[in-house]
Amino acid sequence: MGITIALAGNPNCGKTTLFNTLTGGTEYVGNWPGVTVEKKDGILKNHRDVIIQDLPGIYSLSPYSLEETVTRNYLVKQRPDVIINIVDGTNIERNLYLTTQLIELGIPVIVAINMVDVVRKKGDKIDIGRLSEALNCEVVTISALKKEGCPELTEKAIALAGKTDHMELPHVYTGSVEHALAHIEESIANYVYKNSLRWYAIKVFERDEKVRKALNLKPELLEHLELHITDCEKELDDDAESIIVNQRYAYIAKVVDTAVQRKAPQGSLTVSDKIDRIVTNRILALPIFAVVMTLMYYISITTVGAAATDWVNDTFFGDIVTNAATAGLNSIAAPAWLSSLIIDGIIGGVGTVLGFVPQIVLIFLFLSILEDSGYMARVAFIMDRIFRRFGLSGKSFIPVLIGTGCGVPAIMAARTIEDEKDRRMTIMLSTFIPCTAKTVIIGMITATFFPDTVLIAPAMYFLGIAIIVGSGIILKKTSYFGGDPAPFVMELPAYHVPSVKGVLIHMWERAKYFIIKAGTIIFTACMVIWFLSKFNWMLGMVDNIETSMLAGIGSLVGWIFAPLGFGDWKGAVAVISAEMAKEQAIGTLAILSNVSDPQNDMLVMQGIRSMFTPMAAFSYMILNLFDPPCIVAIATIAREMNSKKWAAAAVGYQIVVGYILAFICYQLGMYLFYGAIFGTGQIVALVFTALIIFLLMRPGTDSKSKALHSLENS
Amino acid sequence: MKCLSDAKVGETVKVVKLEGKGPTKRRIMDMGITKGTSIYIRKVAPLGDPVELNVRGYELSVRKTEADTIQVE
Repeated sequence: MGITIALAGNPNCGKTTLFNTLTGGTEYVGNWPGVTVEKKDGILKNHRDVIIQDLPGIYSLSPYSLEETVTRNYLVKQRPDVIINIVDGTNIERNLYLTTQLIELGIPVIVAINMVDVVRKKGDKIDIGRLSEALNCEVVTISALKKEGCPELTEKAIALAGKTDHMELPHVYTGSVEHALAHIEESIANYVYKNSLRWYAIKVFERDEKVRKALNLKPELLEHLELHITDCEKELDDDAESIIVNQRYAYIAKVVDTAVQRKAPQGSLTVSDKIDRIVTNRILALPIFAVVMTLMYYISITTVGAAATDWVNDTFFGDIVTNAATAGLNSIAAPAWLSSLIIDGIIGGVGTVLGFVPQIVLIFLFLSILEDSGYMARVAFIMDRIFRRFGLSGKSFIPVLIGTGCGVPAIMAARTIEDEKDRRMTIMLSTFIPCTAKTVIIGMITATFFPDTVLIAPAMYFLGIAIIVGSGIILKKTSYFGGDPAPFVMELPAYHVPSVKGVLIHMWERAKYFIIKAGTIIFTACMVIWFLSKFNWMLGMVDNIETSMLAGIGSLVGWIFAPLGFGDWKGAVAVISAEMAKEQAIGTLAILSNVSDPQNDMLVMQGIRSMFTPMAAFSYMILNLFDPPCIVAIATIAREMNSKKWAAAAVGYQIVVGYILAFICYQLGMYLFYGAIFGTGQIVALVFTALIIFLLMRPGTDSKSKALHSLENS
Repeated sequence: MKCLSDAKVGETVKVVKLEGKGPTKRRIMDMGITKGTSIYIRKVAPLGDPVELNVRGYELSVRKTEADTIQVE
């Protein structure tokens, strides 16, 4: 029988580094049943029967965020054979708080004091013997990064697996609390797994609703236990939950006092603090942030990334792959439809999407560096005040930032937001910022129709931000998102130089997701679009696209887009195709206007010019930037929302925003710049504008205005 | 009684009482701010909120609205 070893510990304690060291990076990502947070498991190197389970980082077993709930449920219900509790040796006091809770679970625990190399460098000493004695469990020191102490750790962990004689954490609680706990233990002993008795007793004492419900205790019994609990509360003049936390920390402080010798007094300035003094400096923080972002985009989009993308598009897919495929198809004398499917449909479509891979990989590389070094947490810290103003927290800024690369990882990045409302709102809004694929549309449309106006492209980013801000304000005033703002309690991890391997793994995990989706959903979508554009309703192949099924479908729904300026079937098809992948928008326009060589920018520009009036092109661009993102991102929204209703609400909101904005732009733009007569369209546009202003200005719920009030006074 | 948001940057204060309630209070305690803990106020964010604290040897940031619920001396 195999052994399961779970890795548990605080966020930023080096869990994933240890995981990668132990497994050699052979992990695969799977979904937890019913929730969307991912676990990772891998096989221990040289031990094929040992599974290492990497759990989301947690601070406590009282769940607060989605990730903490997942970890707690796994530990309590699945019960791994051993827990390796990774403790950041440089932050031992808070890390050991979780350790006490883990030991109480009654699963064999081995404590791995990580980053021991850093501890040594600081001149601190940790007495393993004393620590082990105080915690009544095995303690080893390791450095996951330098691969120090890992064989010893796993050997001891394997030896511990399945041990049923159970370790009690000695003398944590004072007399009266211990007395009450003993009483609770006695009453619930028959309902719970015996090794976890202590943990359950403490949870009952703390009045943890979920645990109490799961135990299904009789009301009389609960009432009786309540007497003991209130007795303790009276004696110690505090609520039960606080009593437990206080005594835990008091106990840890004592343990740390005897087992850890610090060279420098706690709280003195470290290198990390010195960096922080500059990076989050009152005056320098925002300029530094701006420089970092500009540099990141300059490198990954404009220079290196653009060159790589051009090469992939023009040379790799445009020449090498196309030529090879053509030659191959010719050699087997493939029928025309097959050549068309492979070259126009698959290589053309999927190729365009994969062309973005270099840019996306580069953005993810930079974002991973920023995240792993600890800078992202500072960004949330710096930006919180601004985001708070319109109902989001600084943590929502990170997804928006990632959204400039690609909406898919942006939506996934919202997982770090503990508050469910904030998380949902962030998912709904983060794709309003133009992603790399949308910038292609912006670039093409502005180059074709407004070559003299340099401001349109940057203005679209600002418009994106404005829509996020405006949506935040409007949604916070609805009954669901209203109410008190979610609290902001966040660790600012010490800066450290990220490991190359860690950054690369992190980057690859995100890029992989994008590539897989490009290879599946977009692949399918490309084939469907190709099929619809090459065949008529009688399933006969057509030469002229105007007689195809696609044209038929386009004319069927074209009227929807008439008020936006592009009501013919081509406009409708261009919108549908862009929903598959925004990258496809320009290519589709090229095909629709019968451009012979879609890779030739000049021809494509001519083609688009023949299809759209300038105002209609602008309106098409606006619709594409702010309506729902591509189908891949929509699928991600659905998955992360973990609720059909919420996914529909998010996409519905995005449809409304995109359509109304394009409507207002087109109708008022035609009147203001192109001399259209003021008519019904303009009146409706003004009504929409007035409605938006009303939604922005109307008073919110009571608690919200109170919260704003207190913010204004602070 | 003074609360944490009244404390000045560079000051070290001691927690007397936590007034919040529910999960937020629990979170603050889980992060190591309990009765008797000493807190060093490291800095205020560039835009005036949140604040950065040194608690139990690490850096924690909380908003002023959360700091309002922590009574200190």
